[in-house]
Amino acid sequence: MISVRDLRVTFPVGRTVVEAVRGVDLDIAAGECVALVGESGSGKSVTARTLVGLAGRGATVSTSRFEIDGKDVRGYGERDWKRLRGSFAGLVLQDALVSLDPLRTVGAEIGEVLRIHKAPGDVVSLLSAVHVPEPSRRAKQYPHQLSGGLRQRALIASAIAAGPPLLIADEPTTALDVTVQAQILDLLAERRAAGETLLLISHDLAVVSRLADRVLVMKDGRVIESGDTASLLAAPAHPYTRELVRAVPSAASRGRRLSSTAVPDSVALDAEGPPEGAADSVVIRAEGLRKTYGRHTVVDGVDLVVRRGEIVGLVGESGSGKTTVAQLVFGLVPPTSGTVAFEGAPWTGLKERRRRPRRRRLQFISQDPLSAFDPRWTVRRIVGEALAGKSGAVPLLERVGLSADVLDRYPRQLSGGQRQRVAIARALAPRPSLIICDEPVSALDVSVQAQVLDLLADIRATDGTALLFISHDLGVVHHLADRVLVMRDGSVVESGPIDDVFHHPQHEYTRALLDAVPTLEVSQR
Amino acid sequence: MLRRLATGLVVLWAAATAAYLALLAAPGDTVDAIIGDGADTPLIRAQIIQEWHLDRPAVVQYLDFLWRALHGDLGRSYLLQRPVAEVIGGQLAPTLTLASSAGVLGVVLALVLAITTRRPWARRVSSTLELVLVSTPPFLIGIILLSVFSFRLGLFPVSGGQGFASLVLPAVTLALPVAGVLTQVLRDGVDRALDEPFVVTARARGLGERAVLVRHALRHALLPAVTLIGWLFGILLGGAVIIETVFGRPGLGQVTLNAVTSEDMPVVLAVVVFSAFVYVVLNTLADLAYLIIDPRLRRS
Amino acid sequence: MTIALDRPLPVRIRRPRGVGVALAGAFLAFAVAAAALPGLFAGDPLAADPRHVLEAPSAAHWFGTDQLGRDVFDRVVHGARHSLTIGIAATLVAAGLGVLLGLLAGLSHKYADEALSRGFDALAAFPLLLLALLFVAVAGPGTMGLIVAIGIATLPHYARVVRSQTFVVRQAGYVTQAVAFGDSRPRLVLRHVLPNVIGPIPVLAVIGLGEAILAAAGLSFLGMGPQPPSPEWGAMLSEGRGYLSIAWWTSILPGVVVTLVVISLTVVGRRLHRRFEGRTA
Repeated sequence: MISVRDLRVTFPVGRTVVEAVRGVDLDIAAGECVALVGESGSGKSVTARTLVGLAGRGATVSTSRFEIDGKDVRGYGERDWKRLRGSFAGLVLQDALVSLDPLRTVGAEIGEVLRIHKAPGDVVSLLSAVHVPEPSRRAKQYPHQLSGGLRQRALIASAIAAGPPLLIADEPTTALDVTVQAQILDLLAERRAAGETLLLISHDLAVVSRLADRVLVMKDGRVIESGDTASLLAAPAHPYTRELVRAVPSAASRGRRLSSTAVPDSVALDAEGPPEGAADSVVIRAEGLRKTYGRHTVVDGVDLVVRRGEIVGLVGESGSGKTTVAQLVFGLVPPTSGTVAFEGAPWTGLKERRRRPRRRRLQFISQDPLSAFDPRWTVRRIVGEALAGKSGAVPLLERVGLSADVLDRYPRQLSGGQRQRVAIARALAPRPSLIICDEPVSALDVSVQAQVLDLLADIRATDGTALLFISHDLGVVHHLADRVLVMRDGSVVESGPIDDVFHHPQHEYTRALLDAVPTLEVSQR
Repeated sequence: MLRRLATGLVVLWAAATAAYLALLAAPGDTVDAIIGDGADTPLIRAQIIQEWHLDRPAVVQYLDFLWRALHGDLGRSYLLQRPVAEVIGGQLAPTLTLASSAGVLGVVLALVLAITTRRPWARRVSSTLELVLVSTPPFLIGIILLSVFSFRLGLFPVSGGQGFASLVLPAVTLALPVAGVLTQVLRDGVDRALDEPFVVTARARGLGERAVLVRHALRHALLPAVTLIGWLFGILLGGAVIIETVFGRPGLGQVTLNAVTSEDMPVVLAVVVFSAFVYVVLNTLADLAYLIIDPRLRRS
Repeated sequence: MTIALDRPLPVRIRRPRGVGVALAGAFLAFAVAAAALPGLFAGDPLAADPRHVLEAPSAAHWFGTDQLGRDVFDRVVHGARHSLTIGIAATLVAAGLGVLLGLLAGLSHKYADEALSRGFDALAAFPLLLLALLFVAVAGPGTMGLIVAIGIATLPHYARVVRSQTFVVRQAGYVTQAVAFGDSRPRLVLRHVLPNVIGPIPVLAVIGLGEAILAAAGLSFLGMGPQPPSPEWGAMLSEGRGYLSIAWWTSILPGVVVTLVVISLTVVGRRLHRRFEGRTA
């Protein structure tokens, strides 16, 4: 169906040229599902978009063979591509909230495809084909009025409207909650069973393993390994693929390191003893936390205990209230009712002035470390500030696997992983007894995520710092946490030691969550 | 919407009050200003004080002013001895004609330029032109147009407010800076929209470049442009004062200018309140337009 | 009238090419030098020569002479002092007050913020020219009147930028982090909020200066600025207008100089803006 040899795509960046794709060979046969897997910057998206002539503005594409349905398309102009787009291949991008025009109804977006290609069919039947309930009502709605899952279905409906034999799905489930992701993957599997050819682009090996017949692993613009899904994931030949498979956190990965890069054997920063008055080992104790905004209850009766040196996971889908719990515990917003005690003394209900002296014992790491740094400050100043005049910036950075080179850089000059390490270094500097981590690895590539997770595990082991670890990713939590709380609609539906909860879930919601998680089963064989 | 209306009223009130305070702070005796070059006797003075209620405390005068303004009574002109509403109303038409034709011309010009100049070279030419237009004082544009089309070529009358021919040059003069700014804003909005993922989706459907531009990007580009309605009004009204002077046209601008030079405060005050009123109305309309363009702002 | 109160900065401007920026910078440097030491570049702006009235531009009189036989080039050079002084002073007033009030609005509680914001709205509700005319009507024409009028009228522009920027910074992660390290409120404002909020202001002010100069020229053109025979650019245009049919240079050349100054400011301002964006983005 598609045959490409030695595909190269370059982009002008400033005065130089960046080669995003460096000689990719790709064949897709009718009816199969092929997956391109890679981390950010691997060139997987550009490769996929080039297949419909949308490499991007200013891109230069060169290839020794480029055939679609046996026809050489190398000389194709914009007009020829226009004819192919939508009718030969449909494109589904991540997050329909921005991939569908927010100013137009989903019906108008789908209808547009039908009109362009003068295709038979109608909007309502297309929406019902992707299992959107009440299709005629939904067609009149705007993307922001639909839930994430429905939006994504509408986007898929628009991609298949003109009946293209090929569907290109670029990270189609990345922005979705795990249960919704499972539904969308089912829908794609259904299209596939109906004879559609599927090209899947994803960073997530687990997602890929569920759908694809064949996998191509990309790195730095090249395909480094390819083969049929089961055997490639079971016995990866290339070191990078091995590292990638190994880096996926899950129940099976508990207790072992995810990354192969060794962190230098650093001495533990001597943990300061608990302050006087903290007789028991409970670092934080929250009771009956409730938070309402107007008539809206965001957190409803949450009890939470974290002991010294413990990692407690807090999982839930978006809107479950887990981030609000973090803010309540951190003392950024006051609870509507309920109390938090920190190191045995009251924490809520105090004036900020009285909390300030104890603030440094409770630290916070957020998902987006870039916004967590003052853009005008260098790493030296950021870490120096956190050390409050004490020396030891370099050992601290080494502790988190960074060298002194980064000292004089600004946060924006660092990679995502480096930034998160600096954030961890800053949080460690005042020797806190608890660090609240709100989705600390969600924005990171899987190999970088592995390194950061390893680092967090090390810190707990050597320093005895407790972590309240908030995440939507059950695999990450199962890998790292000792105990877990599962939240839904503001309340905790289930809690307990991690293996008990995840292996023998009592609540049906926990069970549904766990069932929805795509797992990389092959890696355990 | 109700909230929006309420804020509009507050703005209007604040504007009127500020203007009134400025009036109070004005140096010189009000009575002197009213008398001007007329006969000055104690009797006449007493009459004037009585007629304008100048003997009452400032607070009462202020409340009285607000109360009457609320009923559309903006007082009497010191100079012309006629109700202000009449003075303004009589000169509204020529200014309105000028401002609206310039506004429409400017908007159309901007839309056409923003859509047609997508190629790199056209873009370069157009953005240089915009920069020059935006940076040129409007009276200079007027004077240059006058010098070329009226004095050299004799195509249009040099001054006056009669007929279509006399409208062309003033309207063009006023429209050019408007077009300059709006083109920049629209083009920037289109550029931004074209970088959005939904444009990739639209292209992947097989939509042509022109259609992507008109059906998707332009609508997004209109959002920031609509916010400029208030600014557009300011430019048109403020510009009218200058353009009317340059082209010797009658209108609100001339009325204002005369009132300022002769310290005819009721007229100045009335023009200020009137313009604040129009501004508030236009901004409310802009909010409505926003709701029409962007469904995300509508409450479900 | 190019008087924008809410005009958003076009963010993605094609990079002004190096030559253009250099030319603009050189021209501005010359304008500033002329304003500081006009005597260095030009003769007496008030010296009338009845024998040479309304002469076209020549080697002796680069910009020609006006109706009193005064050299137009001399007058333009000397006019730089009036126009630039008014523009710079007005911009300082606007930016200074704007930053202060905007920060206050952005940091204060809901009601105080609401009151201040409505105040900015009310100010913005007047077309700049009208507001300035109101001031002149009260205070009488002249340099001081223009400075105050233009300064106050352009204030909301800065205040609104600072206010919304303050909101952004208040929500930023690094402010949360500073809380985690027990920073007090004044310390937070001084160390994190103010420096991050004030960043774009100098750049805005460079572009705003162009607008202030345009506004000043417009008001002088209407006779509200420095009174004759002071050589102010807008006033010169107004005076020369009567002789447009026979001597275009007396009005058009000063106008072209105003335009060039404003263009240069815009070009330089945009370059600075890009530089600034690149540094923070």
